[in-house]
Amino acid sequence: MTTSKKTIKLREICHSRSGDKRDTGNVGLIVYDKKHYDWIVKHVTAERVREWFQDNVKGRVERFELPGIGALNFILYEALDGGASRSLIIDPYGKALSAVLLDMEIPAPTTAPE
Amino acid sequence: MAQKKTKIRLGGGSACPGERLEPVIEMLERGELDYLGFDSLSETELLAFESQRLKEPRLGYDAFTEKRLRAILPLCAEKGVKVIGNMGAANPAGALDLAVELCRDLGLQGTRVAAVIGDDVRQLIHELDLRIEDTDKTARDFGDDLMSAHAYIPADPIVDGLKQGASLVMAGRVGDASIYLAPLMHEFDLSANDRDFLARGIIVGHLLECAGQVSGGYFADPPYKVVPDLHRLGFPIAEVHANGECFITKTEGSGGLVSPATCAEQLLYETHDPTNYIEADVVSDFREIEFEEVQANRVRIAGIIHGKPAPEMLKVAVGVREGFRTEGMVFYGGSGAYDRARLAAEVMRKRLEEVVGFEGELRIDFIGLDAFYGPERGQQVIPREVGVRVAGRCPDHTNAMKIAHELETIDNNGPASLARSLRSEDIREVFGYYDAFIPREKVKTHTLVREA
Repeated sequence: MTTSKKTIKLREICHSRSGDKRDTGNVGLIVYDKKHYDWIVKHVTAERVREWFQDNVKGRVERFELPGIGALNFILYEALDGGASRSLIIDPYGKALSAVLLDMEIPAPTTAPE
Repeated sequence: MAQKKTKIRLGGGSACPGERLEPVIEMLERGELDYLGFDSLSETELLAFESQRLKEPRLGYDAFTEKRLRAILPLCAEKGVKVIGNMGAANPAGALDLAVELCRDLGLQGTRVAAVIGDDVRQLIHELDLRIEDTDKTARDFGDDLMSAHAYIPADPIVDGLKQGASLVMAGRVGDASIYLAPLMHEFDLSANDRDFLARGIIVGHLLECAGQVSGGYFADPPYKVVPDLHRLGFPIAEVHANGECFITKTEGSGGLVSPATCAEQLLYETHDPTNYIEADVVSDFREIEFEEVQANRVRIAGIIHGKPAPEMLKVAVGVREGFRTEGMVFYGGSGAYDRARLAAEVMRKRLEEVVGFEGELRIDFIGLDAFYGPERGQQVIPREVGVRVAGRCPDHTNAMKIAHELETIDNNGPASLARSLRSEDIREVFGYYDAFIPREKVKTHTLVREA
């Protein structure tokens, strides 16, 4: 067994960008190295992201895969207090959702096959 | 007839109304551009411009347009660069008057200038009594509170302006990426059936529409992501070949970075389902896209981009008046700062709810603790300096004033040692922003062309 209890923050292997469409936020999460893509597909699920943003996101979280660029795109519904034109939150355009997601921890990638 | 170009170069000139001019000037000087695009119209900004036009019918276009055009038009004329943008905002015809006057003033008589009319569908959505998404209402239910309705129109009327010889085309609410798709359609004679090419054009447009955001702006995150000479950030250039090959680069010798990583981030910026990216011109599937670095600061768009037929319905951005808002901050520092900040928040909230009485919604954040992460995941270490941010949304101006007044008077009447208060904005009107969908054949656009 090569499994370790060690965790890393997503920031160690991914970068990200987020933005808004009305009350919906989106976070693109992109691996620096494509060898980590399968690992984030496995460990950064829509459920985990929903849980991580529990204080921000009132609606569901949907996930899309873009294997060619090693990215996952998360759609966060009801995340922006009604959207930028009326929102009272400090980040009405969802710009910092990206950085907040990078703080999430996942198991450290293993090189050995599962 | 002029010889058809085998490739064209498009410059991304702005991401917001008051965008920097110096990266645009250097791009015009050294970027070998054919076209220069300006997207400066977010949903929120369009509502503000509409509100301006309702107060003063001559206004409502991007007020920075005069300064921008004055700075670039002589150089564009010299280099033969055509300009396309959505600076017409809520009043493209007003922007046209301004541009004609400016061209004459700059000695550019004979220049053809165009404005795209027809995205304003406020009357039409009332007549059709369209359903307003995410509400249980139709257009008429909102009555006069429904302040604006702008359809995201396709690139065709811009192409029309180019075909009539305009070297400056100003639209209002057109799809952001369509600003950059239009010159490709014009130069390469694309038709609605060239869907894969149209989809590539939309992706190119999407990458350029926030200007510096694809060339190293909005990207740096040291020590993980380092951008050279961010203080001299260059703006992006797309080179599109007649065979459909596309490259993203930036002005030679400028600061910033164009890499597969900057392209991937901007690709995903404000996009949802990658198999179904809907614009008025074409629906794109870019799930299998790839970015390949061919040399430093030059990225080839690779992989598969597939185009599907344009949607039958156009999206309409609907703005509805929803009252007033205010926002401000007070700061506490030193020993016990967090306890005093919490007490200040409690005092303001209790006064508004129990003593003064107010109608509306109130939100109070402790900056440095929980404003971004929320109470569950906020900072666990108690800080020695705290900003208390108070924001409120009220049905009317009077109630919003009550919040502003509490922020103003918490100083002498609240906890000890308040260091400073900031009223970050005056009382402002709040708009709800909703989508509606309109059958595309109902939206009649046309292009006004004038000669300076």
